Amino acid sequence: MSAYFASLSLLKLLRSLPGGVSQGLIWGLMALGIYITFRLLDVADLTVDGSFTLGAAVTAMLILAGWPAWAALLIAVLAGLLAGLVTGLLHTKLGIPAILAGILTQLSLYSINLRIMGMSANKAISADKYRLLLTSRHIPAAILTGAAIALVLVSVFYWYFGTEQGSAIRATGNNPAMSRALGINIDRMKVLGLSLSNGVVALSGGLMAQYQGFADINMGRGAIVIGLAAVIIGEVIGDALLGKHRNFYGTLSFTVLGGVLYYLVIVVVLWLKLNSNDLKLFTAVVVALFLAAPYLRGQRKSSFARFKRKGGDGCA
Amino acid sequence: MLELQNVSKTFNPGTINEKKALSGLSLHLAPGDFVTVIGGNGAGKSTLLNAIAGVWPVDEGRILLDGTDITALPEHKRAYLIGRVFQDPMMGTAPNMQLEENLALAARRGQRRGLKWGVTRLEREDYRELLKNLGLGLEDRMTAKVGLLSGGQRQALTLLMAALRQPKLLLLDEHTAALDPATAEKVLELSDRIVSENMLTTMMITHNMTDAICHGNRLIMMDEGRIILDISGEAKRRLTKRELIDRFAQSAGYQLETDATLLTKN
Repeated sequence: MSAYFASLSLLKLLRSLPGGVSQGLIWGLMALGIYITFRLLDVADLTVDGSFTLGAAVTAMLILAGWPAWAALLIAVLAGLLAGLVTGLLHTKLGIPAILAGILTQLSLYSINLRIMGMSANKAISADKYRLLLTSRHIPAAILTGAAIALVLVSVFYWYFGTEQGSAIRATGNNPAMSRALGINIDRMKVLGLSLSNGVVALSGGLMAQYQGFADINMGRGAIVIGLAAVIIGEVIGDALLGKHRNFYGTLSFTVLGGVLYYLVIVVVLWLKLNSNDLKLFTAVVVALFLAAPYLRGQRKSSFARFKRKGGDGCA
Repeated sequence: MLELQNVSKTFNPGTINEKKALSGLSLHLAPGDFVTVIGGNGAGKSTLLNAIAGVWPVDEGRILLDGTDITALPEHKRAYLIGRVFQDPMMGTAPNMQLEENLALAARRGQRRGLKWGVTRLEREDYRELLKNLGLGLEDRMTAKVGLLSGGQRQALTLLMAALRQPKLLLLDEHTAALDPATAEKVLELSDRIVSENMLTTMMITHNMTDAICHGNRLIMMDEGRIILDISGEAKRRLTKRELIDRFAQSAGYQLETDATLLTKN
């Protein structure tokens, strides 16, 4: 035991924190995409596991083909929009439940991503050979780039969801019956929201491929759960720090921050020498706890069990 | 203003649950008509309003509103003509959005929603004025989430929203049924005011005979998907509950055991 503690170096942890921040920012961007579907449209969209890899694959292949990184990223976003469009059409035009539509698109994207990557499971884009927007070799620069992109995206989101169209998307998620009665084409709004969301997810996938220097067919596995973790951590922290004063801009910013915090936790856990193969289990447990927390808190205030504890006429 | 020609609708056709909800119903509303609709459970009142609103397509017949044939238009495409308030106070508003946002959504009913601001400063002033007129103190809570409002406040807000962009037809589907009597009374008063101020053509479903008699200029009674009674003008003004029950027996061909079985007395 003491050997274990002796092997932990605080300095090593401190040194790995900046890397955690930069990766966390990229996951935080993805969480912004997931926020659109999960919180605004009230849909758990499982397309993202596929569209994250899609963004990475498209970016990597185009950079390998000699495209500038920003242009590759742009095409990756378009590919993500398309993936979301497919899920949206499966859901609205063919009547497939949203969660299943997402699973179908995600599954098909596995094959498509393999094809994009020329049937190889891994494509390296070395920062030595290519000009990348960000790379894990220059972490301070990567943090700066990631933060700048986050700032722009949060601002664009803040603006867009304040417009008539953005409000219509929010209304659709909030009360579809009312939205229809007010003349909103809710099918179109769902497709629009799913597309936008997956476009952002693909963007973050493309950034991740550049950051780590490769695209991998499995890199999107569990992305939805990480995104949910970021959204929820952001909400909990935002509530704790700002409470009622948190406006939409704050909510969005805390979503990105949630991604950063999530990844910092991962860094600490890895530093504690948890087997990295157990990370997915760890993440799932953390998300389950955070998802359960509001429900359990509500239960404590009003539940049948309360009567049992008080042993009778628990009116007080 | 509104013209229904021979409209029929059957739910779950060909199954054991088959239910003919509207059978060859025709109805004409003149501009400014305020029609109260009564009838027992399953008489087809809500089905009638949903058919007009376009919640689903009808099986047969045509529906014309303001000279336009809207029979083939889906719900969101005919929304530009129709304002609606539902029985469930939860249904007419978006609970997680602000009061002013809800109003702004309603102000754009049936319009293209582009990339202009969702709520402008100018309309905010209008909304404050309108809310002040309600007399519920809502003008000081414009940025509160609508989910925090009471059922009565929400129905009042939904009424305001339905009339915000002058509709050709206002549909009130038992919009006071879920409220306590005092609140229901207030919301009804407000409905009368909004209808008369804007001279709206209106259909109001109610389970309350007194309300059906005391409001509007015309009363229709439904049974088994048909209109069995249509009273307006002077005859409507002189109508009593007793008379209404007797007329029901004549038209429907069977006697109500008590008026309370099918129609709530009050």
